[in-house]
Amino acid sequence: MAEDQVIVGLEVHCQLDTKSKLFCGCSTDYRDDGPNTHVCPVCLGLPGAMPSINKRSIEYAMKVAKALNCTVLHESEFSRKNYFYPDLDKAYQITQYDKPLAEGGYLEIESDEGGERRIQLTRIHVEEDPGRLVHMGNAERGKYSLVDYNRAGIPLIEIVSEPDMRSPKEARKFLNKLRATLEYLNVFDSDKEGSLRVDANISIKGNERVEVKNITSYKGVEKALTYEVTRQKNLIRRGQQIERETRHFIESTGITQSSRSKEQEHDYRYFPEPDLRPMQVQSWVDGIVLPELPDARRERFISQYGCSLNHARTLTGELKLANFFETVVAADPKELSALAATWIADTLIGELNYRGMSLDRVDAAGITELMGILRNGTITDKSGIEVLRVMLDQRLNNEPVETPAAIITRLNLGKTTGDNTAIISAIEEAITENPKALEDYRAGKGGALNFLVGQVMKKTRGKADPGELNRMLVEALKKREA
Amino acid sequence: MESHELTFEPDDRYNAFLAVCKKAPYGKGKLSGIAVAVKDNISTRGIETTCASKILKGYIPPYDAHAVELLRHAGAAIVGKTNMDEFGMGTTTENSAFGPTLNPCDTGRVPGGSSGGSAAAVAGNMVRMALGTDTGGSIRCPAAFCGIVGMKPTYGRVSRYGLIAYANSLEQIGPMARNVSDVSSLLQVIAGKDRHDSTTYDRPYTHTPVSGIKGLKIGLPQEYFGEGVDPRVAGVVKNAIGRLEELGATTVSCSIPSMKFALAAYYVTCACEASSNLARFDGVRYGPGADSKKSWHESFKEVRRAGFGAEVRRRIMLGTFALSSGYYGKYYAKAQVARENVKADFARIFSEVDLIAGPTMPSIAFKLGEKSDPLSMYLSDILTVPANLAGIPAISVPCGKVDTMPVGLQIMGRHFDDERVIDAAYAYEQAVN
Repeated sequence: MAEDQVIVGLEVHCQLDTKSKLFCGCSTDYRDDGPNTHVCPVCLGLPGAMPSINKRSIEYAMKVAKALNCTVLHESEFSRKNYFYPDLDKAYQITQYDKPLAEGGYLEIESDEGGERRIQLTRIHVEEDPGRLVHMGNAERGKYSLVDYNRAGIPLIEIVSEPDMRSPKEARKFLNKLRATLEYLNVFDSDKEGSLRVDANISIKGNERVEVKNITSYKGVEKALTYEVTRQKNLIRRGQQIERETRHFIESTGITQSSRSKEQEHDYRYFPEPDLRPMQVQSWVDGIVLPELPDARRERFISQYGCSLNHARTLTGELKLANFFETVVAADPKELSALAATWIADTLIGELNYRGMSLDRVDAAGITELMGILRNGTITDKSGIEVLRVMLDQRLNNEPVETPAAIITRLNLGKTTGDNTAIISAIEEAITENPKALEDYRAGKGGALNFLVGQVMKKTRGKADPGELNRMLVEALKKREA
Repeated sequence: MESHELTFEPDDRYNAFLAVCKKAPYGKGKLSGIAVAVKDNISTRGIETTCASKILKGYIPPYDAHAVELLRHAGAAIVGKTNMDEFGMGTTTENSAFGPTLNPCDTGRVPGGSSGGSAAAVAGNMVRMALGTDTGGSIRCPAAFCGIVGMKPTYGRVSRYGLIAYANSLEQIGPMARNVSDVSSLLQVIAGKDRHDSTTYDRPYTHTPVSGIKGLKIGLPQEYFGEGVDPRVAGVVKNAIGRLEELGATTVSCSIPSMKFALAAYYVTCACEASSNLARFDGVRYGPGADSKKSWHESFKEVRRAGFGAEVRRRIMLGTFALSSGYYGKYYAKAQVARENVKADFARIFSEVDLIAGPTMPSIAFKLGEKSDPLSMYLSDILTVPANLAGIPAISVPCGKVDTMPVGLQIMGRHFDDERVIDAAYAYEQAVN
């Protein structure tokens, strides 16, 4: 085990969800607008323009630092990272180098063995996003690129972890936990395209480490690292050396590719940004009031709603989901919590994932109603799933939306309690059609009863209450015996 | 509101202007209708701004520098953009991509630099006032060589927003005029805090010069009168200081030992900052376009090779080298230590004296082409560079002549003591006129 221990460290870049850019007043809300429409002399890097720090960005970054238990340094400063690239309008990025905003800190994740694991952080620093290149044409002919500076100057934080993760899965968990924390802090919008970018360092114990760049999704991290683990272990098995290098993750194919080493020999010539004074913001830390964070909310879900640890973890793992759960059960937490926890954490998420559908499109009131119906026992769980699917599909396809009650009536999904004639005739049919089963039942083979239950269920399209059906079936069989 | 128009058609025989606004709009205010020339590294909306470099040919800024905006608000007529050493890198204005400016006092000589165009425009009576910029003496040197008054304010007193950066941590925009009163009026308009330049301080300048120097103590650094300084220049300046003594000032000899390292610290710092500031000129956004058929590295290399002059390329390469990994500590970091030492020396001296005085330049204006060796040119900045390293205010005021060429008296003060520096210069000026 220890022989091929996987060691992973992450550098996570997150866009802070401020209204204006880091060093100018331009709006950050550019995604629906044309290229180069959210720009000014500062974020275009026009000659003579100077940066001035957006205080809100620093406050957001400090919220993160406090939530992740980091130490905000007494004095931090911005530096210039110099390199030539067409998306970098000043030919340097204003970032932080030897005096970052904050150092240390940790984030707790669920380890692969269960239980909590503390992932130590190295630092958090603030920097500006560069512009974006849009490649036109193709490599063979007519290849050219256009530059869009709308993104230039969007505030980013880079969170650097220690190499504390032991598997691709843990890396994914770290990222999920980090995302949840940032969302709870209301400083980050994970739905925005490109709001998160990850570089990962990965090695097999005792070997050189490899840096994987260009990971832009949560799933991508696990995918890229899993690929690397296999690649590196295979090399070691064949007795080859792991080369210390930078590789790029190709999202579409799920593999990593070596970057040509020459392009990587950067010397960024960092030096302090002379247009900005050093920041002394440590004193702000005490004034920052943190909201309830994922761990605290998880514990509250367990104590307040009686959720299981796993359900609580799932439900609080995303801000929207946690809010959704609390909205659904708000009307009657005592009656609905246990049911809603299972239905939301297990069933609803599965159905949404299957449809690639966002939780935003689900109507909480409808789910509350459905939970109430299930709680009253007037439909079976199986019918409940059917109702849920109809509800989701109606939303997904922009069809007229029905209430759960209306769906139940229309599809005639109500339990047939009171009126048992349909079930009785189904039972009679099932027994008559399957003489072998009757014989087996008489011979004392337990499986026969289950078989017949299944047959009746099929005939009644799942509406029959399983307990009731069982009782009636046994009764009918006894009658035939007599 | 700029509702009026000034007709400006100067006889520019000195090549002081790179761009002229024949119809210059102006409005009401303190400087209403006064023709002001602006150095070509200060952004002017709608007026081509090149830093006297081919690489910015055709660049028309979409915005005004803060100082220019303030000038317009004060009613000034911006009449044109003045010649300079490319990006401010030089002491003679010979490093302009568009030909040198000539000294109005002797057209066989340089006007000094890098704000040579502004100085010649003022000295040649084409404008009453001009804006210059001073990174290592670029206002004071041409003021001294052309016989006008020029001042580098305290670092942080005037916004640099819109000044096309050469060496951010050293440079300031400052006033140039034929007398101290006009310099003071111009400073009144441009000084003050600007939210776009976070290195500015909330220290507006509202002073009107008064001639009062009685009882002030003036330090005379021995380095300013020693080796490398033309004795005739030193003599003229000593006479001028004599006049200040007659007016009631006392003088005391002092020393700035850190001056040994001042030039090195200055040139390392400005080259490092310049290498980064000038990296953005890659042909993508403005200036002559890059050849898009070539690869990115090829095309921007080509643009930069063709667009920058020799001195600019030299300083970019020096700065790039000095910031490289493994050399940062040896050069940039060390230069900052030297800079701290210069600051400390000034602080020590200023705890005992009110002002420091000496020559602005070690010599009179050079003949055109005289300083062909870059190193000897760098050496001529030795008396102006310390004020930039320390960030203190310094003025150059005409104080006599050597061989018919003007000599400048330099007066330096404590941080934000710009008022006292101006008063001392004013006292001298009033006494001799």
